[in-house]
Amino acid sequence: MLKLYDHTVESRLLLGTALYPSPAIMADAMRAARCDIVTVSLRRESGAARAGQDFWGFIRDLGIRVLPNTAGCHTVKEAVTTAQMAREVFATSWVKLEVINDADTLQPDVFGLVEAARILADDGFQVFPYCTEDLGVAERLVEAGCEVLMPWGAPIGSARGLNNVYGLRSLRAHFPDIPLIVDAGLGLPSHAAAAMELGYDAVLLNTAVAKAGDPAMMADAFARAVEAGRLAYAADPLEPRDMAAPSTPVLGKAFLE
Amino acid sequence: MSIIVNGEPHDLAPSSLAALLTDLGYGEAIVATALNGDFVPAEARDETPVAPGDRIEILAPMQGG
Repeated sequence: MLKLYDHTVESRLLLGTALYPSPAIMADAMRAARCDIVTVSLRRESGAARAGQDFWGFIRDLGIRVLPNTAGCHTVKEAVTTAQMAREVFATSWVKLEVINDADTLQPDVFGLVEAARILADDGFQVFPYCTEDLGVAERLVEAGCEVLMPWGAPIGSARGLNNVYGLRSLRAHFPDIPLIVDAGLGLPSHAAAAMELGYDAVLLNTAVAKAGDPAMMADAFARAVEAGRLAYAADPLEPRDMAAPSTPVLGKAFLE
Repeated sequence: MSIIVNGEPHDLAPSSLAALLTDLGYGEAIVATALNGDFVPAEARDETPVAPGDRIEILAPMQGG
């Protein structure tokens, strides 16, 4: 079980809701992922079409808890206002806080992130900050009131996997009691398994499932990889070593020269 | 008067932010509002006046990652 703030969930795979070929395929993927939490966003309502109303009705019917994001926000002010609007619309104090620095890498603006996290935590939000693996920034976020951290694996949508395994391992060692979720940049189930084998509590991804040829099948693959990685971590894996160590007993081997 | 709603100019003179939502057909819709970059909670829309040149954002749930 995974405890995030005051809420406990079974699944350690969080999915985004964007970029699917259709709502029906998205729903299939969510079922295949067996996920308990999905991310959502807020955008300008599109005229008479009222696409947002339809989407929200669809998500609510699925009965899955939502984690609203502040995607695309480049300033503290934008992110805080968006979070406030999301809290009202989605009726949750959870927020996946994104304050973006660079349009090409979608790298977090860690200074703005810490400032926004403090404002929102003080206002009663339960903040899930999209951050880097930087230990100093992570400490500031925890001081600001974040009880979950979500470091990137790689730039959003890049499918590169874990760019900085050392940094992620250090973060895990540094914060043994804070739920850590690798958010963004995963492309393959093996990336998710690797994150879980490092001791991460969960992974959050969107594009790798939504843009796969068969999103539901890929969601199932990620769900199994997350479970396998978690089991492997819990089973206390063997440390790598440089030299061979025979697995078949040497003692009792026949002398056949 | 001219106001900006979701980035588009509109020639409207609503008595309040709530009235603007009704005029634009958002009466029953689940939306969040901001006025000139500041969040306006649903319960404050009735008492929130709209002035010429105001920028209003009307946001709705949408897909996100």
